[in-house]
Amino acid sequence: MTNETVLSVADLTVTIGTRRGAARAVAGVDWSVRAGQTLALVGESGSGKSMSVLAATGLAPRAARVTGDVRLLGTDLATLSAAGRRRMRGRHVGFVFQDPMTSLNPVLTVGRQIGEASEVHLGLTRRAARARAIEMLELVGIPSAAERVDAYPHQLSGGMRQRAVIAMALVCKPDLLIADEPTTALDVTTQAQIVELVADLQRRLGTAVVWISHDLGVVAGLADTVAVMYGGRIVEQGTVDAVFAEPAHPYTAALLAARPDPDANVTELVTIPGTPPSPLELPKGCAFWPRCSVRGDSRCERELPPLVPVAAGHQVRTFYPRQTGEDR
Amino acid sequence: MTGESGATDVVAGLTDLAVWFPTPAGVVRAVDGVSLTVRRGETVGLVGESGSGKSTTGLALLRLVEPTAGTVQVAGQDVTRWSRRRLRRLRRRVAMVFQDPQASLDPRHTVGASIAEPLAVHRLAASGAARRDRVAELLDLVGLRRDLAERHPHELSGGQRQRVGIARALAGEPDLIVLDEPIASLDLSVQAQIMNLLRGLQRELGLTYLFIAHDLAAVEHMSDRVAVMYLGRIVESGTPAQIWREPAHPYTAALLSAVPVADPPVQRSRQRIILAGEVPSPIDPPTGCRFRTRCPQARPDCAQTDPVLVEIGSGHEAACLFAGEAVRAMRAQPVNASSP
Repeated sequence: MTNETVLSVADLTVTIGTRRGAARAVAGVDWSVRAGQTLALVGESGSGKSMSVLAATGLAPRAARVTGDVRLLGTDLATLSAAGRRRMRGRHVGFVFQDPMTSLNPVLTVGRQIGEASEVHLGLTRRAARARAIEMLELVGIPSAAERVDAYPHQLSGGMRQRAVIAMALVCKPDLLIADEPTTALDVTTQAQIVELVADLQRRLGTAVVWISHDLGVVAGLADTVAVMYGGRIVEQGTVDAVFAEPAHPYTAALLAARPDPDANVTELVTIPGTPPSPLELPKGCAFWPRCSVRGDSRCERELPPLVPVAAGHQVRTFYPRQTGEDR
Repeated sequence: MTGESGATDVVAGLTDLAVWFPTPAGVVRAVDGVSLTVRRGETVGLVGESGSGKSTTGLALLRLVEPTAGTVQVAGQDVTRWSRRRLRRLRRRVAMVFQDPQASLDPRHTVGASIAEPLAVHRLAASGAARRDRVAELLDLVGLRRDLAERHPHELSGGQRQRVGIARALAGEPDLIVLDEPIASLDLSVQAQIMNLLRGLQRELGLTYLFIAHDLAAVEHMSDRVAVMYLGRIVESGTPAQIWREPAHPYTAALLSAVPVADPPVQRSRQRIILAGEVPSPIDPPTGCRFRTRCPQARPDCAQTDPVLVEIGSGHEAACLFAGEAVRAMRAQPVNASSP
């Protein structure tokens, strides 16, 4: 396991042309992830968390205009041809999405689908690819792998399908795994199995993981670093311990307090008024100010706060960072 | 969960309810022997994973699914065999709020028309003007601006749509509101708003809820009593504190240990009871205890005897031959099987 940076994005911006105007889905985002580490991107719907990752890996929709600097294993992806980018992505990046059926072809056996990537990217023969598929199914904990290799996706349960997708994502031993809400559609006991599985495989293979989630509890258990997104920008980032223990942005603090805590026994939950903004109608200045409980002065309304350090390895985008020990 | 207090404050009850669905693959026993009592002014939480039968149980209270066996009582009357005509009266007494307000509201109707519909069906407003007044009043109650009555569902946010769903449920002044995953499809910051709204309305109007969800922390927060379901049965019931702090059924304990906690050091070092495998098919549930195929503490007796709910503390019941003891043993020696 090395300490090298696997994927880094700098000043990433994604604008999507729609019938109702230009939607600025992602604006000036910087993050990176190292081998063996997990970066969690956290946010609500429309925050840009998924779009930033799709754009970084060249999977943004056609209507999207993507600018910024993206480096995968040190290679500037902008210098590659479309085919070169595709090859690089296929060989070095694995994907797991929320709905396993987005990744699985219903008319092919799971074995064929897992094997296919290793035929294309590793040059394995059909026979070797099948053996590899069985090995991968065993690795992700699917029982009787030698038989399940010939099963079609519909013959597997939701949890088993997601395991098969993980097998498919990891078959080429990628340097990077992108997991976009991979457990959101699963039951909590199955979710626990999948989180454990990915963490275990990461330890063994030294994969870098970008985990996109709205679930702060899941993120708390698996992330090394966290970036909290709101309105297309990172509003807070740092080590998972620093961000969760001492949230400096009013949004992060409110999100952490909004979940009911059965041990705390409160009647009224802390709420954030209103709803997350649409990328089509982002407020000027700080995107969070219309919902913010701190909202000091009209500066928040006019000016975009810069991302500034509050402690070593912990940055926040607000004019009013919360002080340590302040009540959430 | 059978109460000892007088029958007068019981709003709704199920006795040995079974709901089976015939399918080409066999008979699915979605609900297979559930008894439940809901008293006036309280919230009963029903928690379980997919396939546990919690939603079907809720639908049975409105007779939106046909009971295969057992009885359904609402407001002191046995409604199990009520005809379609009489059911209209039942559906004024029991209202429902669904998970996805996008799907449960007619996209062609304005918000006002959707809320007014139950008023018309149940003849609750004498005139058009009276109906409009009542719609405005209901919008106020759920915290929506009155002018939203003219809008269509697609013009609203998810949280606003769910507020409309709640206003519609309130329209007939029901005795019971069945809330089926009312916050599951909302953003985190909006979930808290809806939970606060539901609790506020309950205090203000004395409402009675059956709160159905897979989110254990939300159920604990919302409920006065909680029932945990697994494969068509209630396996444990009690107060939120009993369920959260002293779970007696191994399934409840496993479910609790799988709920992620937003505290990194705690979450990383927690002793988790990770269940092996998946929920068995409700077409052919295991003999004896239904949970035994996944239970880390299963013993030979568990295959022989189908455990019934037994009181193990004041108002705390569990359906496990080794209630309490099994959980203590699991916690002393957590099983960490990440593969089934």
